[in-house]
Parts: sequence; C-alpha cells; structure tokens
Amino acid sequence: MIAVLLIVIPLVTGIAAFFIQNEKTVRAWSLFASLAVLAASLFGLFLSGNNQWLEYNHEWLQVMGSSFALKLDAMGQILCLLNALAYVLIFIATWNRSYEKANRFFGLMLLTQAGMMGVFLAMDAMLFYFFWELALIPIYFICSRWGGERRIAATFKFFIYTFVGSLLMLIGIIYLQSKTPDHSFSISSFYHLNQTLSGKEQSFLFWLFFIAFAVKMPIFPFHTWQPETYQQSTPAGTMVLSAIMVKMGVLGVIRWLMPVLSIGAETWSYTVIPLALIGIIYASLIAYRSDDIKKLIAYSSIAHIGLMFVAVFAVNQIAMQGVIIQMFNHGINVLGLWIVVELIERKTGISKISELGGLAQKAPSMTIFFVIIALASVALPLTNGFVGEFLMLTGIMRIHSQYYLWFTAFAGAGIILGAIYTLRMITKIFYGEVKEAVTNITDIRWNEKLVLGVIVVLIFWWGIYPQSILNFTSEFSKEIVDKINILQFLPSKTGL
Amino acid sequence: MNALILSAILGVVMMFSGLWLKQKSIVRSLAIAGVLLLLLVNVLETSGIVLFKFDWNGMLHFDRFSLLFNSIVFAITLLYFILSSKDMEKVGINYAEYFALIFFILCGIVLAVSFKSLLILFLGIEIMSIPMYILTGAEKRNLKSNEASLKYFLQGAFSTGIMLMGIAFIYGDKGSFQLDAIAPLNGIPSALLVSGMLLMLFAMSFKSSVAPFHFWAPDVYDGAPTVFASFMATLVKGAVFVAFIRLFDNAFGEMQKSSWQLIIGLLTVVTLIIGNITAVFQQSVKRMLAYSSIAQAGFMLLSIYAMNTDGKLGLLLYVAAYSLATIGIFAVLAKMKDYTFEGFNGLAEQQPVVAFSITIFILSLAGVPLTAGFLSKFLMLKAALLSGSNTMWLVIIAVLMAAVSVYYYFRVIQAMYFKKAESAAAIVSVSPVFKWTLLLMAALLIALGLFPNLLFGFYYF
Repeated sequence: MIAVLLIVIPLVTGIAAFFIQNEKTVRAWSLFASLAVLAASLFGLFLSGNNQWLEYNHEWLQVMGSSFALKLDAMGQILCLLNALAYVLIFIATWNRSYEKANRFFGLMLLTQAGMMGVFLAMDAMLFYFFWELALIPIYFICSRWGGERRIAATFKFFIYTFVGSLLMLIGIIYLQSKTPDHSFSISSFYHLNQTLSGKEQSFLFWLFFIAFAVKMPIFPFHTWQPETYQQSTPAGTMVLSAIMVKMGVLGVIRWLMPVLSIGAETWSYTVIPLALIGIIYASLIAYRSDDIKKLIAYSSIAHIGLMFVAVFAVNQIAMQGVIIQMFNHGINVLGLWIVVELIERKTGISKISELGGLAQKAPSMTIFFVIIALASVALPLTNGFVGEFLMLTGIMRIHSQYYLWFTAFAGAGIILGAIYTLRMITKIFYGEVKEAVTNITDIRWNEKLVLGVIVVLIFWWGIYPQSILNFTSEFSKEIVDKINILQFLPSKTGL
Repeated sequence: MNALILSAILGVVMMFSGLWLKQKSIVRSLAIAGVLLLLLVNVLETSGIVLFKFDWNGMLHFDRFSLLFNSIVFAITLLYFILSSKDMEKVGINYAEYFALIFFILCGIVLAVSFKSLLILFLGIEIMSIPMYILTGAEKRNLKSNEASLKYFLQGAFSTGIMLMGIAFIYGDKGSFQLDAIAPLNGIPSALLVSGMLLMLFAMSFKSSVAPFHFWAPDVYDGAPTVFASFMATLVKGAVFVAFIRLFDNAFGEMQKSSWQLIIGLLTVVTLIIGNITAVFQQSVKRMLAYSSIAQAGFMLLSIYAMNTDGKLGLLLYVAAYSLATIGIFAVLAKMKDYTFEGFNGLAEQQPVVAFSITIFILSLAGVPLTAGFLSKFLMLKAALLSGSNTMWLVIIAVLMAAVSVYYYFRVIQAMYFKKAESAAAIVSVSPVFKWTLLLMAALLIALGLFPNLLFGFYYF
C-alpha cells in the first residue's frame, strides 16, 4: 500500500495543481503534497522487511502478460526517500522564485516525481518502461518551458537521446519477455532467464539495455546532452535531473541489467568499465577548466556517476553497498550545491567563476554551508561522501581482474581531481577580494538556511555514524550480488 | 451484412437529402444519425442479430475481426463527423453529396474487409476509391485540389489495372476466385501464381501508400481539402491494410516464409525510412502529416510481415489509435489560417484545451507510453520479433525510425507551448462541442493505452 501511495499522492496532487490558479496557493499545495510523500516514505522505512504494506500486486494488461507489481526493497526505499526528501527541499529552497504559469510548473514537477517513484518501485518490466517514459515527458516540458535562452534545443537533445535509448530498451524487454516460459514481464521471471539465455543473446541484449541506462546516467560517450541541459534548465528542473533522475539509470543497471544479463555484462565489462573511467577523467578535466559553476557541477556529476557505474561492475557486496549509499549521498550533496548556485545566480545574475569573488565577506552563512557540502561531495572523511566513495573504492580494489590496480588508480584519480577543481572553485568564488558584481549581495534567508541545514545534518549524521544505513543496505546488496554471481561473474575469465 | 446494406441505402438517402433538405444543419444531423445507426446495427450483428439475410455464395465472410474493424471505423467516423462536418461547408456547395460519398466509402470499406472472393475485394477497393477521387477534387476552384484529384485518379486506375491482372493470373492458375480454393499449396507454387501474388502485393502497396509506391500520397493529401484528407489518410488506409492482411493471410498464408515475407520486410524498411526522413524536412504541418501517414504505414506493414495474432490485434489497435490522433490534428488544422509550424506558435495560450488534446495526439503518434499509440507500436514490434528467429534488424530499424518521428512530431508541441505567437489569433474560434469532442478523443487514446481490453474484449468475447 505504501508503494501505491508513493505514486498516487504526487500523481493526484500534481493533476489537481493544474487547476489551482493562485500562485501562492499552488506553491503551498505542492509543498504540502511533497511533505505527504515524505511522510509516506518515512513510514515505509519503519516497516520491517517482508511486510505486506511494502508490496502491491494487481492485474493489469493481461493480454500482454504484464501486471501492476510494485515493491519497496532496500534500494527502492533509499531512492524513494531521496526522491521525497529532495522535493521538499527543492520546494522550500526555491520558495521565493516566481514562475510564469506556476500551476503548470508545480503540476508537472509533481507528475515527474510520480514517474520517478514508479521507476524506483516497479517490479514488472513493462511497468518499469511505462514509468521510465512517464518521468521523462513532464520534465521535458518543465525544462523546455522555463529556463535559459537555448533551453528548447538543449532539452530536445536530452529528450531525443533518452527516447532512442528507451526504445532500444523496449526491444530488449519484448525479447526477454518472449523468452520467459510463462510469458510474463515480472522481475523474477526475468531473473530466471539469466541461466537460460545463450551468451550470444546476452551480449547483444546487453547493449539494448546499456544504452538506455548509459544515456540517463550519463556514461561517456553518451553524456553530451547533460551539461547543456543542466545549464539551460530552470534551477528546479536541474535539481530534479541531477539529484534524482540520474539515479534511474544506476538503478536500472543494478536491478534490470546486471542480474538479468550477467553473462552479457561480463562479456562487455572490459569495454564499458574503461568507458566509464575515461568519462571520470575526461569530465574532471573539463570541470577543472570550466569557468561556469553550472558546467563545473554538471561535469563533476558525470565523474561521480561514472565511479558508481564502475563500482557496480566490481560485483561485490562492499562496492554494491557503497553504490546504494552513494546514490543517496550524491543526491543530497549535489542538490545542496545547486541550491547555493541558484542563490548566487539569482542574487548576482552571473554564474561565471571569474566574475565572482569574496562572497565569504558578504554572505558568511552561505559560505559555510557551501563549503561543508562541497567537501562532502569531494569525500572528506567524517562526511557522508567519504563513506560511499571509500566503500566503492574498496570494492573496485577487490574486482576479479588482473587490471584491478589500474581501475582503482583511475577511479582514485577522479576523486583527487574532484577535490582539486572543487577547492579551486571555492577559493575563487568565496575568498579573495570582493568583486564588483557581488558588492550588493545579501546573505541567505531562513528557508534557505533550513534546507541547507537539513542537508548538512544528514552529511554529518551519515558521515560520522553510517552504521544505520550500512545495516539497512547490507542484506539487499548481498542478494543482488549473489544474483549477479550466480554464474560466477569474473571479468578476468574473458581476458582482454 | 447489416452495415453493408444500410451504408449503401444511407448513401442514396444522403444524396437525395440534398434536394429536399434546404438547411445544412439538418443534413448534418441526418448524417450523424446515419453513422450512429450503422454503428448500432454493426454492434447488433457482432452479438448475433442479423437483420438482412442473403445467400452470397460464400463470397463474403463476416467474422469477429472484420466486424470489430467495422465498429472501429463507424465509431471514428462518428467522431469525425462531429468534429469536421461543419468545416465541409467551406469546401463547396454540394454539401449533402459529400456525406453521400463518405457513406459509399464506408460501404466499400465493409466489402473490402469482409471478402472471401477476389472479386469482392476488387469491388470493395473500387467502391472505396472512386468516391475518394471525387472528394479529393471537391474544391473545384482550387488548382491544387484538381491536380491532386487527377493524379490520384491516374495512379489509382493504374494500380487497379495491376490488381486486375494479378487476379486474372491467380484465376488462371487456380481456376477460382475463392480464397479457400487459392490457399492450398501442392508442392512448389507455379510461376503464374507467384506473379499473380506479386502483382496483388504491388497493387495493395499502391493503395496503402507503401514506399516505393507512395508518390501519389503526399501530393494528394496535401492537395485534397483538409477535412477530407484526414478521412482518406486514416480510415481508408486502415481498411486497405485490413484487406491486405486478410488477403495474404487467407490466400497466400502458406507461401509466407518462402516467397513474400522478405519482400514485405524490405518494403517496410523503405517505407519507414522514406516516410520519416522526408517528414523531417517539411515546413507545413499538413504535408508533415502526409509523410507521417506513410511512415505509420510502415509500422502497420509489420503486422503483415509477422502475420500472427499479436500482429492482427495490433493492427486493429493501430488503426484506431492512428486514426483518432490524425483526425483530431487535421480537424484543428482545418480551422487554422496558417498551415506551417509557425502557425501553431502560442496556441497553448489561446486555446489551452485544444493544445492539450493535440499534445496527447502527438504523444500517441510518436508512441509514448500511456497512449494507445504506444501499445499498438509495442504489439507491432512484438509481433515482428515473435514471427521469426532473425527479425532483430527489422525491429531495430523500426525503432530508430520511431525515434526520428519524435523529431518532427515534437516540433508541433514546441511551437504550441514554448514559442510566442507573433500575430494574434492563430485559430478561428472553436465551439464547445468541438473542444469536448477533442478531449473525448484524447481520453479515448489514454483509456485504450491503459486498458486495451476495452477494444480486444470485443474480439475475444
């Protein structure tokens, strides 16, 4: 039931929001809706493992063998919590921003949330595909309608990329369904296929799914839509995209790609791991050179997601746990960064690093929050980022391959480069002499303080005492890794 | 049978109504009531109540498939009349005749989808085609309309000749027009039969605007009065496809793997590529829709390629989804002054309900989930994948072309929602009935996309 509520609440409130004409009312309405979703998601967290409240099954589209099957497992719970929490934070942080046709904006935002919830919860491939597209359409409208000058072209590129990827995935889903003995789309039938499909089929199907997920994450060389879309979209749209929507791709790999097509993944691991590693280094270097804060964060996001992707391919429990934890951590950290960037841009009207400087003297509390969040995102010990990235690196170190040292070295280099460009950005924006553009800037207000405060509390809570979340995810990670390992997943077997 | 007789009678009635009824609104109401009646008697026949009984010597066969298709056609024609019948007044003075011709087309559709004999197929296709030549040229003071009509007539006559020749060849080999007599295959089919079959294949491809036999289609759809173009490009084309699949299923089913499946596959690829790529470069929405109708024909061909239950059911859903969406967009187009993409700029501000409905239509045409368009495309792809072991190439090309189609379809959405209108009032005023009908059609598309059993239920039970 909780699973259904998580989808239905944003769906219904989102549709209702279209009919509220007053901007203030619709804003309050959507904040209220997102709080309700958060409450439902928190309630789900307190229910134990095999509770019937966490599952939902209903007949649907029987002609095709699909059913309306939802389930909250550990990964689903963490991502749903991220989705719910991020929306509350986004709505509070952008409370003072006014939108043309606000009712449409908030309606579409909530519909996007419903779509993403569905992706995180769906246990039926057809349903998964439905929600996958459903999340895309409203965010396409948000990013095309509200945002910078080149927003229409940028968002359209994003849409076409994702649409091609998801259509290829659709072929893969139909093919897999036709191979299941009971002609169903349910995830358990798909998991059984792993042992019956031939290696040739798997290595072919792998690409159909991989491209869909790689576009969404994004993995090099499918990333080119991302920086432009992040720069051009309205800040709230960017936050949704980078904090929550990219996790759809990671979840897809963990839940729908690796355990279903583990032989295919094994065959191609020496192709896709280097792609992700190249992406990490390449994105970090561009981030270092870029003069635009938004572009910098966009590229740093590519690097972070690339690391998660490599860690998934390490196929061991530590790495898997790291990825699941890091999905949440990256979500709230990058959300915090975008919130501050949005503040700076709203107050000064510029996002160029070279034109900013000395913000710390004018806006001290903003500086403190930003520095803490930025340090968390470069994985400083005692912050949440450290826990996730440390687990992932440890996992990559234990990868079954003769090149494990190289993999670890490149992944580690990405983290080091991350520290370099982030610290450089902090120094240039917040310290040094006060530039002309920032002379009239004011410090942040109470609602922004509240949001950033919540993020900072979470950063330290899970940085200093990560045991709760580690316990929460350990069983699930083990199960998934066992499913992938059912045929002894060893990249070294195939060699180069 | 009910619908066949009644549609012919209604055609004659409508013809005379022009003489007796002076008020156009009464003619219109009569036509709408007529379609409603057709739908009713057809549904009655589906549940076993046959009003007219004749001995047709086994030349016709009304099975669930053709009856369901007829119901779809009548229901959509009903919506089409409600939406567009007022705009037909602008075409010319012979208002009642237009309805008469459309009822004759419906009569042809019923024949063409229920045939058991090649003669009936020929009759049906001709009864469908000849009124369409007239409708295309209905705007007689418009040169483009005249040109389109002449072009359509010449090409249509040509393909009819080819079809007759094919029928003659098949008769020469098998000595019968009955499908049941043609179907059995003893050993290798003779050269006469194969060439007859190929001629039939080409003739049907002509009629359903499959590339490379599509050259008439864009000019005809562009030149024909907009209100009629939508009917021609949707229901008539769908009926030809149903006739196509019936012919090749019942008469040439045993030859599928050995002789014609690959040809259909190649035609599909050519149609998809030509239709989609050319549509990208169009500046007029009407012409874009003309090419998109070719592209959609490529997807419908997949059902003939596959020739299995998924494909046949999928074709029904496909015709319904495609017709609803296209007729809806054309109906709005008929009310617009500017047919280019810029003409749609800022429509969302002026007519939010209309713009919302068009968005749903476009999403359905592009095959986005939640809409019937997605489910029909899904069934086509599934049918093609299941039809053989080596069909992945075809499916992948189809999917990539579906992605191309997003490019030109979404230009309409971009114009409506994200661009500002330069001049005021891109659209002439619309009546509340028009708006509600559009919304109803959009709702139907979503309902069919979520619960396809609303349609398939009639097939099974």
